[in-house]
Amino acid sequence: MRTLVSPLALRSPRGRIIYWTILTVTVVGFTGAFVFPLYWMVTGALKSPDELAQIPPSFFPKHFDLHVYVDAWEQLQLGVFLKNTVLYAGGAWLFTLAVDVSAAYALSKLRPIFGKLVLGAMLATLMIPPMVLLLPTYLVAKDLPIFHADLLNTPWAIWLPAAANGFFVFLLKRFFDSIPRELLEAAEIDGASPARILWSIVLPVSRPIIGVVSILSVVTVWKDFVWPLLVLPETDKMSISVGIASLSAQMPQNVLIASLVIASLPTIIVFFIFQRSIMAGLTAGSLKG
Amino acid sequence: MTVTEEQVRRPHTVGATDPRSPDDHGALRRAVARNLTAYGFLCAALICFALFSWYPMVREVVLSFQQNNFVDPGVWVGFDNFRTVIADPAFRSAWLNTAAFSGLALVIGYAVPFVLAVVLNELKHAKAYLRFVVYLPVMLPPAVAVLLFKWFYDPGAGLFNQALDVVHIPPLSWLDSTSTALVSLVIVSTWMNLGTGTLIYLAALQSIPGDLYESAELDGAGLFRRVWHVTIPQTKLILLVMLLLQIVATMQVFIEPYLLTGGGPENATVTVAYLMYQYAFNFGDFGGGSALGLMLMIVLLIFSTVYLRVSREEDAR
Repeated sequence: MRTLVSPLALRSPRGRIIYWTILTVTVVGFTGAFVFPLYWMVTGALKSPDELAQIPPSFFPKHFDLHVYVDAWEQLQLGVFLKNTVLYAGGAWLFTLAVDVSAAYALSKLRPIFGKLVLGAMLATLMIPPMVLLLPTYLVAKDLPIFHADLLNTPWAIWLPAAANGFFVFLLKRFFDSIPRELLEAAEIDGASPARILWSIVLPVSRPIIGVVSILSVVTVWKDFVWPLLVLPETDKMSISVGIASLSAQMPQNVLIASLVIASLPTIIVFFIFQRSIMAGLTAGSLKG
Repeated sequence: MTVTEEQVRRPHTVGATDPRSPDDHGALRRAVARNLTAYGFLCAALICFALFSWYPMVREVVLSFQQNNFVDPGVWVGFDNFRTVIADPAFRSAWLNTAAFSGLALVIGYAVPFVLAVVLNELKHAKAYLRFVVYLPVMLPPAVAVLLFKWFYDPGAGLFNQALDVVHIPPLSWLDSTSTALVSLVIVSTWMNLGTGTLIYLAALQSIPGDLYESAELDGAGLFRRVWHVTIPQTKLILLVMLLLQIVATMQVFIEPYLLTGGGPENATVTVAYLMYQYAFNFGDFGGGSALGLMLMIVLLIFSTVYLRVSREEDAR
């Protein structure tokens, strides 16, 4: 397809030189700006504290000693933090799907009275940036209205707010709206209950959008910092981000860097595997939110 | 938005009343049953939203007008919390810093991704690699990215000063000087978020019809005129949406000052969100914190209202 620069101009000798120059500059520039810091992090962890403080710095670590990663794992109790984070992200994922899928299904296919009002109220929450509601939301987690439960230091403090996601309800509802009604009518004539229709027909055809919502919800919880910082103050309950940040001051530099590497591995691996869905979710998220 | 486009369609519902049935009583009963089922499916979501979104909005307003120790019922103090907060010398700094942070983040974080996207869109090679790499920092947990940069900013053996040394520029004190601290925060924040904007612009650029460029070229428009008269008008709405989105996002900045500078040196990096956190969790004054939160909410609501309008327009296209 034709873009800003015409294919003709690109084929001329001058065009080719310019093209390859820009390509080289871009590849080198991007690698330097976005990959090199990560390289510096991974190799930095392998350096001894002396080597880290050395001027000028060494480009390759002198000894290839993975022991610092073991140190980080043990001294920072990264195992506990990682296990906690898996628990928070996994639970949030299940809750988000259960709550938001059934809500979107009800709004899209069962069409109750006041359905539009409910959807509107859910979408309205997207207008209020989360940061400005931090204090009242924290107080809710501290002393849940009506139930009077203290959710601090429990996974519920992460799971329940994560499920209240207007954007996910909106994405799912929009997808459900596009499912042909004949499909559901046929099932209905066969005597399937709404729950059965949701489970056996709507869910299987909605796999792409469920995939996007799943990845987004897990990654969001995994990356979150401020909310877990407030609601999980106990060291044994901290998520990996909060744990590393709160212990960072007491750690030797190389151990801290090693823990940064370990903390970033899961999201990077997820990105390697689910690139496509993540980028699809990104464009869905920014333009239609 | 889809809400409106559905209104024109024939309402269809699973378990809806059969239009051929003359039995009104049965129809009513089925409608009630359908609504009960629907609200059964909705109740979990309603509880979650009520507890963690709708109620906190109300509570925010109430809190900001109360003196509260959360044991006794709160005492209504009118605008006292606002007066206290405004009288705080950090208040002025916080707003100025937040505005400066947003402004700087826009100057870098708004134009750069657009230029990158325009360049990326022209490249025929290494596309997948470039797209992957630019989004890589976005996938790092922000706490990791910020702590990583804290190490880079280290005045002694930090990467940045080492790099400056190579080109014979004297070292900077980055986070420790009032003149560079805020800019240092902007740099981290931009590095973390650049990929999002770039990929969104890239998606937008790909939908521009090629013949527009062709006819512009036939009319004798050079490269920059084609960008100015074709690329920018064609992506105008997305550019506007992203502008508003970014203002709202950057004005909530918290994690950078919290982890990098603690608001210092000399309040040079105190932001509104950070001050709000300090009021509540360091000074134990939730009233003052909520008053700040409410002020920030009002400012951001203005931007998000405009954003909503623009993105609707974009949706309608």
